[in-house]
Amino acid sequence: MLIKLTGGAVYDPASGIDGAKQDIYIQDGRIVDKPVGDFKVDKEYDLKGKVVMSGAIDMHTHIGGGKGNIARTLLPEDHRADPVARTDITRSGCGHAMPSTFVTGYRYAEMGYTAGFEPAVLPVNARQAHMEMADIPILDKGGYVLLGSDDYLLRMLTAKKDQKAINDYVAFTMQAAKAIGVKVVNPGGISAFKFNQRKLELDEQNSHYGVTPREILKSLATAVKELGITHPLHVHGCNLGVPGNMNTTLDTIQGIGGLPMHLTHIQFHSYGTEGDFKFSSGAAAIAEAVNKNKNITIDVGQILFGQTVTASGDNMRQHANHKHASPNKWVTMDIECDAGCGVVPFKYKDKNFVNALQWAIGLETFLLVDDPWRIFLTTDHPNGAPFTSYPHLIRLLMDRSFRNDVLSTIHPEAQKMTTLASIEREYSLQEIAIMTRAGAARLIGLQDRGGLSAGNWADITVYTDNADRQLMFEKPDYVFKDGELVVVDGKVIHTKWGTTHVVKPEFDASLEKDLQKYFDRFLTMKLGNFKISDDEITEDGRGSLTVHPLKGDVA
Amino acid sequence: MAEITEVPSPFCGIGTDDLTIQVDGVSLKVVENGCAVNTPAFEQAITDTRPRVDGKDVSLDVAVAKAAALLKNTNQPVIGGCATDVNGMRALLALADRSGAVVDNMNFTGARNNFLALQDSGWMNTTLAEVKNRCDLLLVVGIDLEGFSPRFFERYLWNKESMFMDDTAKREVIYLGKAPSGTASTSPDGQTALVFECANEDLPDVVAVLRALVKGNPIRVDSVGGIAVADLQGIADKLKAASYSVVTWAAGALAYSQAELTVQTISEMVKDINDRNTRSSGLPLGGKEGDQTANQVCGWTTGYPARTRFSSGFPEYDPFLNDANFLLGNGEADALVWVQAFNAKAVPPETALPTIVVGRSGMTFAKEPDVFIPVGTPGIDHVGHAYRMDNVVAIRLKKLRESGLPSTSDVLNAIEQAL
Repeated sequence: MLIKLTGGAVYDPASGIDGAKQDIYIQDGRIVDKPVGDFKVDKEYDLKGKVVMSGAIDMHTHIGGGKGNIARTLLPEDHRADPVARTDITRSGCGHAMPSTFVTGYRYAEMGYTAGFEPAVLPVNARQAHMEMADIPILDKGGYVLLGSDDYLLRMLTAKKDQKAINDYVAFTMQAAKAIGVKVVNPGGISAFKFNQRKLELDEQNSHYGVTPREILKSLATAVKELGITHPLHVHGCNLGVPGNMNTTLDTIQGIGGLPMHLTHIQFHSYGTEGDFKFSSGAAAIAEAVNKNKNITIDVGQILFGQTVTASGDNMRQHANHKHASPNKWVTMDIECDAGCGVVPFKYKDKNFVNALQWAIGLETFLLVDDPWRIFLTTDHPNGAPFTSYPHLIRLLMDRSFRNDVLSTIHPEAQKMTTLASIEREYSLQEIAIMTRAGAARLIGLQDRGGLSAGNWADITVYTDNADRQLMFEKPDYVFKDGELVVVDGKVIHTKWGTTHVVKPEFDASLEKDLQKYFDRFLTMKLGNFKISDDEITEDGRGSLTVHPLKGDVA
Repeated sequence: MAEITEVPSPFCGIGTDDLTIQVDGVSLKVVENGCAVNTPAFEQAITDTRPRVDGKDVSLDVAVAKAAALLKNTNQPVIGGCATDVNGMRALLALADRSGAVVDNMNFTGARNNFLALQDSGWMNTTLAEVKNRCDLLLVVGIDLEGFSPRFFERYLWNKESMFMDDTAKREVIYLGKAPSGTASTSPDGQTALVFECANEDLPDVVAVLRALVKGNPIRVDSVGGIAVADLQGIADKLKAASYSVVTWAAGALAYSQAELTVQTISEMVKDINDRNTRSSGLPLGGKEGDQTANQVCGWTTGYPARTRFSSGFPEYDPFLNDANFLLGNGEADALVWVQAFNAKAVPPETALPTIVVGRSGMTFAKEPDVFIPVGTPGIDHVGHAYRMDNVVAIRLKKLRESGLPSTSDVLNAIEQAL
């Protein structure tokens, strides 16, 4: 079937097209060139006056894995306020802060998103992450596997194993967990908490292993680069949420020595200690460092006001943050000498000085970082706010007068502590398309996604241009996934299953011999039962794996 | 005859995956690393292979059609048991969503003690590898641990090597409430566990006093539930002195009214210890026959644990009112679907209502159900996934034999399609 999208204004940064009127042809799920000679269009959509972008990609969203399910279980009262009924084509579930899997897929699609990436896949919990994501309809998905507090790696670093050995282990773990990237959370700190360390500075040693976060970052970032993984090491840094942590973040940027590194939810790591409340914005300094260091990419982790729940691998910091829990109930877990997690409900309030300034810090960061290819639109769903708040966030970025109206309602002391009112920048549609599409696809290393030129998969979102950008991005006219029309006027009309994106870096097979001994000695499952097989993703007939090339591979 | 190694078990809850099983046609024999729970569960012979409608053998298609016909005209079906693998639960929830059923895991009344505590105040918990490598003091509250889980001590406490301990035999074990039924908790050095017994109904008082002592609050009595306060002070001191104590309990064993408050007191005590400059973690026991699996899959599919109704068109959780036995007893339910792929002895509650059983081969019934469809057991007859007690590790279940029995998900998906 040949589908033609006629006359829309196309924003396709991957091809350098910035609002030009163009037709798009779709055949067999992919975008194709206009056929030559005589041809018959089976279905045509008149998109005059519409805005056309590729499907949006959320490069950091907690949509699969144990901590999310703990968050769900913890908050029945939140679900009760947002029940989602079944229809003839969609399943029932719940929404708001941590939606059920089916509702996650529908609501993302209804905002024009066609892919989401779970950033904290614990190796021992990777099955769960993939099983949950397998129950998210429409979206493509993938995960970054979490390393850095796992005993095996820390043991290797203590023993000063060479980089090749580290690379093999990283590659093995990526394959075993079916990942497309590598993440580190509070490097070594999750482990340190189990030894009763309650904080860990960048150059502070884990009391058992004698290894510092800086060493862990360096070895993992090097491994990712040397293995040819496109997505740079994905870093949730030290000292999340601690006033003054901007210095840790600046030091982290300097210390990585030019290696590619992605600093995630950087808003939570951009705090100074100025002012009466000893809490201030570090956004300007951080943005300056990001602008200067081209090896660095960031996503923001914007907070937005209201009830949500924070779910993180950072058991150390989440334990410290539990005193802010609202409602006052929280969970931490130490997990399998591998990782950990902490789940703390938060209610961000615009009349709370700290929350109000966190809001401003995130927006300052968005507006002060120059290059939209190196900054990504996230709320660290659900930690800063549920993903359903993205259209509101886009309006804050694109509409200065709206932004300043909201700014004038937040805690007055916070207003005094932010430069936001003086920042004139408004994001353009093309810049939004970069952050949420082309840039994200490039950052993750997705082949044939995030663009609208021939050869790409036909993940396409069509909006009606509207000066109210929130309304515009809340309710796309059409969303196509792999060429199938799934959303009309902001409602799911058809569902399908997306693919799971992975990479398969190679490793020296002899590693498995050592790992097998290690598993038998210390862990609670057999190595053979730890590794996730391809079948586990595909055997139900819904899932599929898409393997992306490594840097240096011949495409 | 084939021999399969590294076989994981969905039966014991502690995720043993080192069994060796001999397969001879459809008969299985556990030849290595069996235990009182796993060996009979694996070795149970297949008896029924044909579905029955009204007691007569029929084809699977006929049984599925009959099941769908029975469900079609119901106002409030109840799906009980919910003992199956991840794919089985997926299909079960799809069927419930379509038919407006109540879903209720058969062990939920016990698990509710944990969920109510979790949903009110939360907890700090750990997993089995942390216990194995880190735990220097294990406090067992209200359960005979080796009766619950015969290989727990061998696998997770008296392991020869550990990452962080020079000598695992130096670990201390304390029982509070129940005494151990055997000697599994005795260390390889011969050090026996400290045991402080009390009646189940005294546990709330005993645990409350222990928490108060951990916090340093004065206690005005000399004994509680027959246990000297001085002994409880000794436990509190050990908890505060340990580097990584673990406090374990089994929600289902706390079989008294409002036992969730005991779980809450234990969990808050663990938090208190962590505020006293050392580490401690809770370890809820469970995970047998798919109970964690049911709650996990229901959790991500609906937002709620597996005592949830779909009769309004969307999921509604109520840990009391959605109890299957309650609904069968008070006349609200008008049909029962019983799903139990692991345990042939776990038969449905007796009811006069139309009953469909999707169960492990070998079930015998006091009253023949309207429809009985024998299904394969996950981890024996087909591959699958099941959660271990700590809720973090999902084990990959293996297919050990070719029995021809359909899986739970095959059957429930077929019934849903027929609706």
